[in-house]
Amino acid sequence: MHVPILKQGDYLIASVQSILSDEDLLQLRDDLAAKVGKFRSRAVIIDVTVMDVIDSFATRTLRAIAHMLKLRGAETVIVGIQPEVAFAMVQLGLTLEGVGTALDLEEGLAFLSTHSKRSIKHGK
Amino acid sequence: MENESRVPISSNIDIVTARQHGRKLALELGFEGAEVTLIAAAISEVARNIMDHAKRGEIILANVRNGNKQGIQIIAQDEGPGIPNIPQAMQYGYSSRKGLGVGLPGAKWLMDEFFIVSHIGKGTTVTMRKWLH
Ligand SMILES: Nc1ncnc2c1ncn2[C@@H]1O[C@H](COP(=O)(O)OP(=O)(O)OP(=O)(O)O)[C@@H](O)[C@H]1O
Ligand SMILES: [Mg+2]
Repeated sequence: MHVPILKQGDYLIASVQSILSDEDLLQLRDDLAAKVGKFRSRAVIIDVTVMDVIDSFATRTLRAIAHMLKLRGAETVIVGIQPEVAFAMVQLGLTLEGVGTALDLEEGLAFLSTHSKRSIKHGK
Repeated sequence: MENESRVPISSNIDIVTARQHGRKLALELGFEGAEVTLIAAAISEVARNIMDHAKRGEIILANVRNGNKQGIQIIAQDEGPGIPNIPQAMQYGYSSRKGLGVGLPGAKWLMDEFFIVSHIGKGTTVTMRKWLH
């Protein structure tokens, strides 16, 4: 299923709506890359609350999305990883190294606002 | 075996189907939330390996009994190229392509029993079981 992407100010919010096939995840990557360029977004939140499993492929793709968006100038925060899904990831030895994570959408937005304030300060 | 279900794997969508069948059977057998997700994750990895390394194959899900223990058995079989060096393939971080190399060792950690039989040029069968506690 196609993942809708909402523009909210400087941010993009992609909310996964149902269990995704591999193609959907790759499509999301391409859509985000295009939209970050089009809207000059500074950050992207990917809400994965409904994902039933985050396996090696999904981990690899989420990491690749975050890495690619970073090169396009945007931070990525993954929100909503369910406790059982996180537990399975730990057991599999999977990590989302280098990718921001937050409990839910609200926390994700809070994370980004402190994060971007800090980077502005550092920039001076 | 009662409750056996077979899911042919020949496209990425089938991986999701295999996971859903596994989840359903695990719930029917009495596994709890977190364990059901662990089982689904293990199915995802072995099904994905069929797609990635053998192109097509099958996932066979069944309930198993051993004395008074009950559990779920997942067989992933294919007629792909086979695995030349199983201990190497089981190493965390080993991948013959640009994968993370976590699929096989990860699936083993998630389950209680795990074995691989593989013959070069003939195919691979991964059998894994998880018991109810
Ligand atoms: N069904 C199979 N047929 C042939 N070779 C396989 C099969 N399953 C695994 N292998 C071999 O074992 C190696 C390790 O598998 P594993 O799933 O751990 O890693 P991967 O698939 O390469 O990467 P990842 O699963 O992290 O994306 C693979 O790279 C491949 O060479
Ligand atoms: Mg694999």
